[in-house]
Amino acid sequence: MSALVVAEHLDNKLNPATLAAITAAQALGTGVDVLVAGLDCGAVAEAVAVVDGVNKVLRAESEAYAHPLAEDIAPLIVQLAPSYSHVLAPATTTGKNIMPRVAALLDVAQISDIIGVESPDTFLRPIYAGNVIATVRSSDPIKVITVRGTAFAAASSHGGSADVETVDTTESTGLSSFVRADFTASDRPELTSAEIVVSGGRGMGNTDNFKLLEEIADKLGAAIGASRAAVDAGFVPNDYQVGQTGKVVAPKLYIAVGISGAIQHLAGMKDSQIIVAINKDEEAPIFQVADYGIVGDLFEVLPQLSAELDKLKS
Amino acid sequence: MKILVCVKRVVDYNVKARPKADGSGVETANVKMSMNPFDEIAVEESVRLKEAGTADEIVAVSMGVAQCQETLRTALAMGVDRGILIETDAELQPLAVAKLIKAVIEKEKPQLVLLGKQAIDDDANQTGQMFAAFLGWSQGTFASKLTVAGESVEVAREVDAGTEILSLQLPAVITTDLRLNEPRYVKLPNIMKAKKKPLDKLTPEELGVDVSPRLTVLKVTEPAQREAGIKVANAAELVGKLKNEAQVI
Ligand SMILES: Cc1cc2nc3c(=O)[nH]c(=O)nc-3n(C[C@H](O)[C@H](O)[C@H](O)COP(=O)(O)OP(=O)(O)OC[C@H]3O[C@@H](n4cnc5c(N)ncnc54)[C@H](O)[C@@H]3O)c2cc1C
Ligand SMILES: Nc1ncnc2c1ncn2[C@@H]1O[C@H](COP(=O)(O)O)[C@@H](O)[C@H]1O
Repeated sequence: MSALVVAEHLDNKLNPATLAAITAAQALGTGVDVLVAGLDCGAVAEAVAVVDGVNKVLRAESEAYAHPLAEDIAPLIVQLAPSYSHVLAPATTTGKNIMPRVAALLDVAQISDIIGVESPDTFLRPIYAGNVIATVRSSDPIKVITVRGTAFAAASSHGGSADVETVDTTESTGLSSFVRADFTASDRPELTSAEIVVSGGRGMGNTDNFKLLEEIADKLGAAIGASRAAVDAGFVPNDYQVGQTGKVVAPKLYIAVGISGAIQHLAGMKDSQIIVAINKDEEAPIFQVADYGIVGDLFEVLPQLSAELDKLKS
Repeated sequence: MKILVCVKRVVDYNVKARPKADGSGVETANVKMSMNPFDEIAVEESVRLKEAGTADEIVAVSMGVAQCQETLRTALAMGVDRGILIETDAELQPLAVAKLIKAVIEKEKPQLVLLGKQAIDDDANQTGQMFAAFLGWSQGTFASKLTVAGESVEVAREVDAGTEILSLQLPAVITTDLRLNEPRYVKLPNIMKAKKKPLDKLTPEELGVDVSPRLTVLKVTEPAQREAGIKVANAAELVGKLKNEAQVI
């Protein structure tokens, strides 16, 4: 039996976290089908059909799937699941919302946020804010899994030639309805897939001071992140939060500015390739994980860094 | 309306968890235990709904060892009216917990269930979604704001792209995110009062729920540790290192 990956998309674009979930599914050694559910989601289905390693795309078009409401998408996945050994989705807020509902309706456990595949029934997953890695084996007939995007390389978005098949849809349950979205508009790279991330913490002091980080981010083509403290204080929106209970990132370069390095923050960024910390407190725990640290006042260091980056360009 | 809140006893968030020497599990002997922080937020929200006159009774439920009573007492001290302990020494995984909560809901018939989005020990982020599915109820996960209006509740959800607002038909399950509220400190007189509030005990057997684990933990290990690197004197040196040594810019 093959694995089914639930694709995630927004505004006709495939979320790249789906490509990591496809790679995780390929590691199971079975074939991989992908479900694209939505309204007018033909472009996404076509994009998935050319992803390397995809056997078949299942397209489910309905008004009921216009927004990924868990109450309405879960029954569709449950209807398809019996033909599969595994059902996987990215461990994004969408996947985390829908998949446990699927698992419950199938009366199976969910294996959350996997970072490794040992065998078709055995997986690695972080627990306790990533301070412990558990190896877990599932005894269920269908394995329902969410996949941590940073732990698997993205499947190539070309080279495949899968057929797109239309599948039967399910009725809307009417249990919940979409009212509106307040999404953060940005021209910067998306936080979880950016190559460079510049994050600010409580030390930034206020929203205005984040302009100092924006300047650096612009010069590096980086995404901007934040600690919980910076989000709680209202300096930046919630979708900037990196950590155990926010987003997990693992860029080539992570620059933590005015962030102390609490366990919960480290959980979201300690797999970055290179970590830089700028903090005025030389005892700050962030320095224990940083490859390069500057002990100093960020309000002095950031303008200097900005000037040095200009020099690099010229 | 009546609200049910779920409270889990977990290793305190300030403790850095470690695997036991034999890799069989996580070291919990002599470790500080607390209420899961997201559940504190759920309790706080329920108490605020009662203070606002929206709720008239709040029941808290906890599942696990006898010491979960302490967690329930904390909830009672925060303003919950009544506690239910489902006592067991068995290992409880989210699917089993969800089945127990479903059984409690069928007895208690609340209109709203509030609980944390994630337990900070297993980091599973499953339980609320699971029992919402069992009951065929609506769910509002990762809530940063909720407004009850008649037969529905409007909930703002913290999602990857920003904030999403949904309208849920009651009865509903809502899981809390960090920005929903700031839990109150418990005052001493309330701790004393909480000792007199009712706390019932049940077992999974009495509720007729099979809690057998579906996942076997084969081993637990510590992740690869990062080495602390070097301190550089200034931004010029940093940029030099990033360009020439690390080659990341
Ligand atoms: C259930 C739960 C979940 C959580 N989830 C997350 C999460 O997902 N992500 C997360 O980040 N946190 C999370 N936290 C919070 C975490 O425990 C810390 O409180 C938080 O990360 C601290 O943020 P901070 O480092 O910005 O602030 P602080 O710890 O206050 O640190 C600020 C730092 O800035 C430095 N500083 C101040 N001024 C300057 C200056 N002018 N120049 C240079 N340095 C300066 C200070 O020396 C200090 O080190 C969670 C907590 C709980 C309980
Ligand atoms: N043993 C338990 N007792 C009470 N509530 C629990 C228990 N396990 C999980 N929960 C609830 O479910 C939420 C999510 O947990 P989890 O799905 O394990 O991440 C927690 O925040 C609790 O509110």
